[in-house]
Amino acid sequence: MSAEMNQDTIADVTKVDVTKAAVTKGAIKIDDVVKIYDPNGAAVMAVDHCSIDIPAGEICMIVGPSGCGKTTLLNAIAGFHDITSGSIHLDGELLCGPEKPQAEPGSDRIVVFQNGALFPWKTNLENVAFGPMMAGKLGKKEIYDKARAMMADAGLSGTENNYPGEVSSGLRRRVEIVRALMNDPKVLLFDEPYRALDSLTKSVMHEALLEIYYRNKVTIFFITHDLEEAIFLGHRLIIMSSRPCKPKKIVEVDIPHPRDYSVLTSQRFREIMGEAKGVVHEEAQKAFAAGEREG
Amino acid sequence: MSIVLDKPDTAGGERGPELSSLGLTMYRFSAWLKSPRPYLMLIGFAIVLGFWYLAVEVLQLPRFESMPGLTEVFREWFSKDPIYGLSIYTPEYYTHIGISLRRIAYAFLLATVLGVPLGLFLGWSKTFREFVFPLFEVLRPIPILAWVPLAIIMFSGSESPVIFLTFLASFFATTLNTMLGVESIDESYSRAASCLGASRWQVFKHVVIPGAMPYIFTGLQISIGVAWFSLVAGEMVSGQFGLGYLINTSYMMIEYPKIIIGMITLGIVGFATSAMVRAAGDYMMQWRVRELALVD
Ligand SMILES: Nc1ncnc2c1ncn2[C@@H]1O[C@H](COP(=O)(O)OP(=O)(O)OP(=O)(O)O)[C@@H](O)[C@H]1O
Ligand SMILES: [Mg+2]
Repeated sequence: MSAEMNQDTIADVTKVDVTKAAVTKGAIKIDDVVKIYDPNGAAVMAVDHCSIDIPAGEICMIVGPSGCGKTTLLNAIAGFHDITSGSIHLDGELLCGPEKPQAEPGSDRIVVFQNGALFPWKTNLENVAFGPMMAGKLGKKEIYDKARAMMADAGLSGTENNYPGEVSSGLRRRVEIVRALMNDPKVLLFDEPYRALDSLTKSVMHEALLEIYYRNKVTIFFITHDLEEAIFLGHRLIIMSSRPCKPKKIVEVDIPHPRDYSVLTSQRFREIMGEAKGVVHEEAQKAFAAGEREG
Repeated sequence: MSIVLDKPDTAGGERGPELSSLGLTMYRFSAWLKSPRPYLMLIGFAIVLGFWYLAVEVLQLPRFESMPGLTEVFREWFSKDPIYGLSIYTPEYYTHIGISLRRIAYAFLLATVLGVPLGLFLGWSKTFREFVFPLFEVLRPIPILAWVPLAIIMFSGSESPVIFLTFLASFFATTLNTMLGVESIDESYSRAASCLGASRWQVFKHVVIPGAMPYIFTGLQISIGVAWFSLVAGEMVSGQFGLGYLINTSYMMIEYPKIIIGMITLGIVGFATSAMVRAAGDYMMQWRVRELALVD
């Protein structure tokens, strides 16, 4: 993003309503969810009676120590595996619960993976067009026109015919988000998508993500290790306990959106950081001690 | 990195986003010519040929003395009137090559047509793998030569036993590599596809098949190599014509230069067929070629 372009988009953004109240779909209700891996054998409890209520349009940041069960929770929402008990609802509709332990994966909840999962054998454009092509409701030309337009909106013009392996990792993440948005999802599920990026690229990605969020009303469930990232992006931080995971503390980030990187140096940011850091550190220490015991 | 982000339209590098596969091939060929590789290769050949010449014809080292010399072989090979009746000017030479090639083509194609789908299903379906794979693992280590008697008993004529033997090793290599290819696919690709609404069959078509492609082509490279190996074994014990047959009969008829001509021809033709398989792989996997071109 050049500085000039940034100002444009921010000016643009202030015209739209950036409050989450404007969003009407994508509320997630996680109710008393338990997940035990291999219940008849090793019985690893990854999620322990976890309840989280995410209103539609919220950017909800999940922070927690390594191996505490964050991905497990995300996978349960996405429908990649079952839950042991409890239930998850999306906009009042049951995704999984006692009668139906595993949710059906679907394009209303799209995952952006930790290591990126653009298909390396399809061009960026083919990747972006993938969801609607699979659904088969629209014609190919219509889909590709829309894909091109969405890529242009996200500043990805000119990379349509490249393969993902040919562009930088930062661009790949953006293509992946556009691929998700093509399906008009209610929820985007991010599993530490920026973990492997350098901090400079990360900061660009954060602003780009917010910009995308301001234009496309979605709920964002975002897992991260990085507190700065969590506070910069999120409306709320759910700080998880060490394994098995359940919310330990919820921090409201009352810095108004739209945000840009100047937020990072603000007084309020530092205060929230201080508040969150103590809890995160404590849990990380617990996780470390538990790891030492198990190891 | 941030520079690339600033200008997404040049992110494909200076080669530009749309480079045809022919253009890319030419680009790589000229890069190859500029590198030291072709010259090292020529030096390698020169050393081996020079050693052969010196050992047999100049120094006449023990063990080399009854071997046909470099000049003798090459004179025979390129002679319009060869002493033993075989050179690049005699039709018989091309009959041998043609017949071997035809057997390779049948066996390799059959192995590919059967092995790739079988490997895909072995990798795709756990149940299918559980009852087919153990059988496969027991049959696979049996050396091709051990199959010779059975092949001759089972198949009539001189052609089909040779093709069967050639097919076998190829088939195992192709199937196994294809299966490994399916297993190598990162789970997040199929998860991403199902998130995006792909059905099980669409996942198979859009993720499993293209994802396994690099391993499939590695398998086909091995397959074409072992096909030549077993072809020659087969031709030596059964069948008429073909390069293996040529080598074997020349030995029995004490026409030693023809052995070497047969061997060198096998090397050249074998290399050419592998190069064709590699080119087919590059053609079908542009995404991989371009990724690797960036790494080079
Ligand atoms: N398929 C599985 N079978 C058994 N145990 C598992 C399985 N998957 C994960 N686990 C265990 O469950 C726990 C939680 O894993 P999970 O991947 O959800 O953690 P995470 O919070 O996402 O960690 P990270 O921050 O490292 O990504 C870990 O202790 C892990 O070893
Ligand atoms: Mg994880």
